[in-house]
Amino acid sequence: MERAAKTYLGLILIFLYLPIVVMIAMAFNRSPLYEMPFTFDLVWFKALAYNQRLLQASWNSIWIACINAVTATTLGTLAAYAFARYEFRAKRLLQILLFPPITIPWLIIGTSMLIFFFWTGIGRGLHAILLGHVALSLPYVIVVVGARFANFGPQLEEAAASLGATPWQSFWRITVPVLLPGITAAALFAFAVSFDQFVISYFLAPPGTSTLPVEIYTSIRKGFTPEINAISSIIILFSMGLMLIVARNYKFGGDN
Amino acid sequence: MSRVDIQHVSKRYGAFAALDDVTIAFNDGEFFGLLGPSGSGKTTLLRSIAGFIAPDQGSILFDGEPVESVPVHRRAIGMVFQSYALFPHLTIEENIGFGLDVRSVPREDIRKRVAEMLSLVRLSGLAARYPKQLSGGQQQRVALARALITRPKVLLLDEPLGALDRRLRQEMQVELKDIQRESGVTAIFVTHDQEEALTLSDRIAIIDQGKLIQVDAPQTVYERPANIFAANFLGDANVFRGTPAKSGLKLADGTVIATLKPSTGAAIVRPEKLRVASGRKKSAGNSLTGEITQAIYSGASVTYRIHTKVLGDMPLLAFIQNQTGEVLDTGAAVTVSWDKEQTIPVEA
Repeated sequence: MERAAKTYLGLILIFLYLPIVVMIAMAFNRSPLYEMPFTFDLVWFKALAYNQRLLQASWNSIWIACINAVTATTLGTLAAYAFARYEFRAKRLLQILLFPPITIPWLIIGTSMLIFFFWTGIGRGLHAILLGHVALSLPYVIVVVGARFANFGPQLEEAAASLGATPWQSFWRITVPVLLPGITAAALFAFAVSFDQFVISYFLAPPGTSTLPVEIYTSIRKGFTPEINAISSIIILFSMGLMLIVARNYKFGGDN
Repeated sequence: MSRVDIQHVSKRYGAFAALDDVTIAFNDGEFFGLLGPSGSGKTTLLRSIAGFIAPDQGSILFDGEPVESVPVHRRAIGMVFQSYALFPHLTIEENIGFGLDVRSVPREDIRKRVAEMLSLVRLSGLAARYPKQLSGGQQQRVALARALITRPKVLLLDEPLGALDRRLRQEMQVELKDIQRESGVTAIFVTHDQEEALTLSDRIAIIDQGKLIQVDAPQTVYERPANIFAANFLGDANVFRGTPAKSGLKLADGTVIATLKPSTGAAIVRPEKLRVASGRKKSAGNSLTGEITQAIYSGASVTYRIHTKVLGDMPLLAFIQNQTGEVLDTGAAVTVSWDKEQTIPVEA
């Protein structure tokens, strides 16, 4: 039985990782047409270094993801704090309303944002993409940080106040450090949500500007080049590294 | 190290009166127990003194100065929480030093004071540990040291020993009292545990449904309870109800029992003040005849429940010191007697 379970889990991992492994391998294969035998070469990585469009799109993506992570995490943490520590009207309703955006298809959210931004004069561009990503990441941040608040009552803050800490001191020296594993995980989530985001970015990107996923999509339509494999390999390693940090933090956050 | 005065303090939550016109004067350096069932308002009172709750009416004074408008962090209190509320991300040393650190006391001084506190609570080797590496009793002592290091005007303790097991609790009671005496701080603690209240307190306040029932030394509250609630809440009591008679209290069947002072309609007798003799024979002083319905032998003492005609469904409770090694059987006819001096009139 245990053996069967192990085999089963092994198959799942193969199913998940095999396509990725093939793509990474092909990034290092000299042939652009996936011809065998495999010949190790860094030619596609070198070509990538000269692909200005792809590099520019990568920078855009990284910048937007970073600014998004900082903005969404700050706003989301404050919102989670308000949910956890204050009583106000319609609090329950607001909490419930956080979840639908996670389930609404991105295509629909993207369309509605495009219409809304057009209608309000915000228009398209990197600023609009950033705005869209922040809106999209907020529910994730609030949920992740909120989970951390679930086993962190107001008592620690009360203890700090009783010891003479001002509300400001109490927030920075007690609340934030205790929440830190949650905040870190939320920031990485927000980064990933933005960095992987295609649909909304595609809708909100004006001609000539794009993020990495949008640029990859455009390149594939024009004709596939293994440079995509190269950049994808870099992204995969980067994303997986981030997610491993999330997983670690989250686990340690739980038993702290 | 201060006087604390609570004057006519009331706090309502909607229709519910958590505190109803409570006035208590806490003396400098005393260890004061707030005793009451859960929901009685004792915690509300403690949290009002701390400043976490603003009373609707009345005033709270530290050394004669009103503090209602002073926020928690400037009230100079120390508080020990039931769950200790130690900061999980700080070491024991940092936890204890926190109150000085937020006041920007120089590092060297903090280190010195923390070392003093650690030795006061006998935890000197554990400065570098984190709270979760400590046992419950050790965490309790850290919480105490952390609250005392700022030399608070008043130390507030919310069910301080509630989370400990029985054995440790008894040890910590002694220790807590010693530390309080040594530091001389005015300490106010909340408990629903009568034994804890009796052991620790210089004075006790009994609180029920937001109202102050009685404030007195533990011995006085036990021996001379103000009313039936106080009598039942602190210890066990046999309660007699009736009408005032010339020399005492006239029960429903006409029996008159002699009371210490003229009664107003109720009187109590503590179970250990009763004598139980087999057979039905009237004796001098107060006595009633009845039948044993339950006898529980617990080594040093025997607990009897005795059915009497006049009390009906309410059995008399008697704690008898085991001097002879004999236990009366269930069903045995007995005479219960006690002294007039032990029959305490109380408010109904």
